[in-house]
Amino acid sequence: MSTAVAPKDVKIDPNKKVKKNVLSDGQGRLAAMLVAPTMLVILFVVGIPILMTIREAFFLKNTGIDPTTGLVGAGEKFVGFGNFTNAITGKNEVVPGVWGQLPRLVNAFLNNMFFTVICVVIETILGVAMALIMARAFKGTGLVRAAILVPWAIPTIVSAMMWKLIFNSAGVANKILGQTVLWLGDGAPSQYAIIIADVWKTAPFIGLLTLAGLQTIPAEVYEAAKVDGASAWQQFTRITLPMVKPSLVVAVLFRTLDTMRMFDLPYGMIGPRKYSVETLSMFAYDEANNVRYGPAAAYSILLFILIVIVAFLFVKFLGADVVGDEEVKAINDQRKRMKKMHKDAAKARTTVTSGEGVQ
Amino acid sequence: MSTTTGSMAAVPTEGNLLSTEELQTLNKPGRTLGSRIGGVASITGIVLIILYCIIPFYWMVVSSLRLPSMGLSNDFWPNPMSIENFKAAFEAKNNFPRALLNSVIVSGTTTVLTLLFGIVAAYALARLRFAAKGIVLAIIIGCSMFPGITLIIPLLKMFTGYYSWFPNWMNTYQALIVPSLSFGLPLAVWNLTAFFRQLPVELEHAAMVDGCTPAQAFRRIILPLAAPGVFTTTILTFIAVWNEYMIALTFGVDKNMKTATVALSQFTGATQFDTPYGSIMAAGVIVTVPLLIMVLIFQRRIVAGLTAGGVK
Repeated sequence: MSTAVAPKDVKIDPNKKVKKNVLSDGQGRLAAMLVAPTMLVILFVVGIPILMTIREAFFLKNTGIDPTTGLVGAGEKFVGFGNFTNAITGKNEVVPGVWGQLPRLVNAFLNNMFFTVICVVIETILGVAMALIMARAFKGTGLVRAAILVPWAIPTIVSAMMWKLIFNSAGVANKILGQTVLWLGDGAPSQYAIIIADVWKTAPFIGLLTLAGLQTIPAEVYEAAKVDGASAWQQFTRITLPMVKPSLVVAVLFRTLDTMRMFDLPYGMIGPRKYSVETLSMFAYDEANNVRYGPAAAYSILLFILIVIVAFLFVKFLGADVVGDEEVKAINDQRKRMKKMHKDAAKARTTVTSGEGVQ
Repeated sequence: MSTTTGSMAAVPTEGNLLSTEELQTLNKPGRTLGSRIGGVASITGIVLIILYCIIPFYWMVVSSLRLPSMGLSNDFWPNPMSIENFKAAFEAKNNFPRALLNSVIVSGTTTVLTLLFGIVAAYALARLRFAAKGIVLAIIIGCSMFPGITLIIPLLKMFTGYYSWFPNWMNTYQALIVPSLSFGLPLAVWNLTAFFRQLPVELEHAAMVDGCTPAQAFRRIILPLAAPGVFTTTILTFIAVWNEYMIALTFGVDKNMKTATVALSQFTGATQFDTPYGSIMAAGVIVTVPLLIMVLIFQRRIVAGLTAGGVK
């Protein structure tokens, strides 16, 4: 990604201390004033709750009778990683999901991963196909754009109820298929129903974002490729894909994270405590509603860590540029260059000294 | 010049530069069989996409227009057509008007708050240079990737009066609005930053040369110019909060504090196990149609707003 070559005419003195922000020119105070309210709100509605969740994850509400006082226990006790280990080893609850008899947490985790991988793969392929069709079209682009915004604008819970009706055992899906599949019956078909509903809602959205990326590719590039004798497939793999990759990767990243925290759709369509479709969010929500805050917090922290890992992998290996700020990028590039210069300078010094040592 | 003519003369193809075959292909009319097939395929593709997006929604509308007793009918056209389901959605037991009002209050307040905080922050992020900008941007984008459930658990404990230092906030508007800021604010800041970046910085520089402070340049030059961006952000944030379910489900348990999305998902029929699909679909149409009208009117702007974050 950042293979920008250092401009040759810029002399960087490796002995000079690296300034924190090389482009800063003293607007810091105003910026701090303007950004502070937002950061304070985020601190209160996101930062502090996260810390509370982390703290919560290591505690468990006292139940049973206190041996010293003989009263029913109140308050909480520190259990370390107990909430995590109990859930993973199945000490709390073992449920029958699609994957067999498993601890409820493992089952929810598998559902989560299954939904995420399958949904995102299908959505990406469908979305890119839609974008390619729309980019080719000369007629009806306004109409198609309007149509694509329909699934996006429908509230997820409304679309969940809508698909619940469609997938009813006496519903229209079974009528068209000519079969009686129990889509809502808490089994493997429920998973397919969820996947279909999720793909319907979000594939057009990926298509929309990819289309925006497609439209930034200049026509000259394709003309040049045609002159050079590139086939349609070659044009797609060598020009289209690499050039939409930045916007596509960001869209897919956001979709992946969105699918990982999926809640409304399975909750509305199949219902709570339906283990074939229970996701980590639903499991944690159920535990919290049963006033088991400790385990609930532990599971939500697991989901949080998963999301952080996935986001990290996207940024690291697919080069997802989520921040997308030119100045920040320039500063980071500059820092990288400085670091490299320092390293090179240090290397040069050590080579010289070692050379002297040999002589 | 002379070398070109020389090389031309060196390849004499009967006085013509191109072979007859090549000339023929060039003389052919633009609409070849291939391009005609391409045109048909493209129109077919467009029609397929439109059908894909519309048909499930069509089913919802059709189902809402049936008689309540025909909730599970599979006719592709309501027969007879009736608005009984819409009347049923507004029956007293559903408390749906109140739920709609709650949705408007929560979404409206959240949107106004996010804009108040978001506009100034986005301006700073788009225009000013400061050391922690990368970190601030990362925090904001990180918040929008955040799983909502992680926030809900401690907030539920807090709002239910577990801690003596915090009042019981269950079934209050603030309990619905404050957590909604956690996803509304990052969304608004992100969109506004993208819009502010698109405005030419020269305008501000000119204003500052004329003696404006950065704050004045912002108020007098940028804000009026950014109005379309602010408007789009308003719509996007409003829709995001309007469609929210998990927070509303957790903190608005009381009959009078449910939002429209929660209320319609909990409509009950004559018996506990009877799902009144007709009135649920009618409520779904009522909740969705204002959004759809808004989206269709402002589709260009909304598409621009949606893609602003992903595409530079």
